[in-house]
Amino acid sequence: MENKDKMKLANDGLPEHEKPLFCDARPQTYKPLGKYVEKFLNWARANSLWILGYGTGCGAIELRPLMTARFDMFRWGLAPRPTPRQAGVFVIGGYMSVKTLKRVIRSYEQMQGPKFVIALGSCTINGGMYWDSYNTINRLDHYLPVDIYITGCMPRPEALIAGFNKLKAMIKAQQTDGQNEYARNFDWYKANQKKIVKDWNMPDYNW
Amino acid sequence: MEHGLLISIIYAFISLSVATIWGLLLGGIMMKVVARAHGRFGPPFWQPIIDIIKNNARRTSISHGIMYFLGPVFRIAGGMGTFLFIPFIYGSMVFGNFSFAGDLFLVMYFIFFGQLGMALGAGESGHPYSAIGVARGLSQMTAFELPFALSIISIVIQYGTLNITSIVAAQQGGILHWTLFTNPLATIAALIALQGMNMHNPFSIVIAPQEIPIGPPTEYHSNFLGLLQTNRGLFNIAKLALFMNLYFGGATNLFSMLIKTFGIYMITVIVGASFPRFRTEQSIRFFLGVPTVIGILAVLVTGYF
Repeated sequence: MENKDKMKLANDGLPEHEKPLFCDARPQTYKPLGKYVEKFLNWARANSLWILGYGTGCGAIELRPLMTARFDMFRWGLAPRPTPRQAGVFVIGGYMSVKTLKRVIRSYEQMQGPKFVIALGSCTINGGMYWDSYNTINRLDHYLPVDIYITGCMPRPEALIAGFNKLKAMIKAQQTDGQNEYARNFDWYKANQKKIVKDWNMPDYNW
Repeated sequence: MEHGLLISIIYAFISLSVATIWGLLLGGIMMKVVARAHGRFGPPFWQPIIDIIKNNARRTSISHGIMYFLGPVFRIAGGMGTFLFIPFIYGSMVFGNFSFAGDLFLVMYFIFFGQLGMALGAGESGHPYSAIGVARGLSQMTAFELPFALSIISIVIQYGTLNITSIVAAQQGGILHWTLFTNPLATIAALIALQGMNMHNPFSIVIAPQEIPIGPPTEYHSNFLGLLQTNRGLFNIAKLALFMNLYFGGATNLFSMLIKTFGIYMITVIVGASFPRFRTEQSIRFFLGVPTVIGILAVLVTGYF
């Protein structure tokens, strides 16, 4: 019983009367299915990437040309999806302020696994030109498991396409496991996130 | 066509699978055509099938309650019900599907049924965009049902039967026996209603991506969404098969079925690629205007002449 309670999340940020309304279960790790089944499913996952574009910063402006006739991302099975529930790839578009980090965590946790994160621009790697800003985080993968970084300030759409193709190759080779990584190191990620987000008035895990 | 229950089930299963795959491929071809109209290459035409595999392969899914769970089930039950009472290929053992005296009424009911189930399911998900999408969808559906029902009344008067197979049988024997030529007013009214039913532009007010991100299925994901997408292919082909049977003389072999459903779908594709979206009230006013008048004329003409 004690062990079971330990597994539950405290949800300290919520007022007492709201606690029963939210889930207090931790994320779980998932084992891959049989070798050949998983290979087939990974092929399908790689060829149908649904993007949740989160315009956190200026880098998101480079996402739009991908949909146009010139770059046409639909050729590679990429498609924008308006809701985190249906999306599989989270594209973080540039620098991330403290305020947006909270929303990004919420959106990421609402996505259904397997889920992948692509981070655009130098700002997500080391802060870029905002490295000493009071209001932005410097290194994204302290807060979310990032699969692909695309460098540049800003990266061109061609670089983005190269990044997506790299991600597809990684999915096919089963080298990305962001969902399980997040579940395994959940406490570490939460501690980092809560260090930045001071007014944590949401459940600890927003599935 | 006297055969046992087991054989009927196997035939229905084959018929359903072929129809679903053809419906999904038609959806993919539509995306490709629209992309070419935009000057793009577009996704491969089998993309809808990959999307369904991917959605069913998701590792997690969450439920918001029993109605949320049943929404996609009702939807696909509606799609299967619609399809199984329409002769996919006239006179074929496998693709003839089921038929009885009043199946036209049943099919009209089933077209409505899936949407209502989906409305309840999407309502329970609690997302505001779902509720808006459902309200838009149901109001548009009420509007396009009017010209469609008038058109059906007209052809029921014309052929004196409510059985789809008999209506197809009455159209055999040459292209000029099709309802398209014997009752053009009913055909026009129904084809305009079909554009609303297919929910592509200019009637794409339910899943209006730039207004209410994706409408009713906003909260649906993983295998729920996979089921909904499967139904999108099946329901699509069921509607096309119904129109093929009622207005375009049905199909006597697989090849003519493929050609005719493709042709009828291309009307929607071309209209969709050419026009921007209506607002909700514009769409409803449109259906209650000219198409309804054409429908009433069709009933009057077949009733009195």
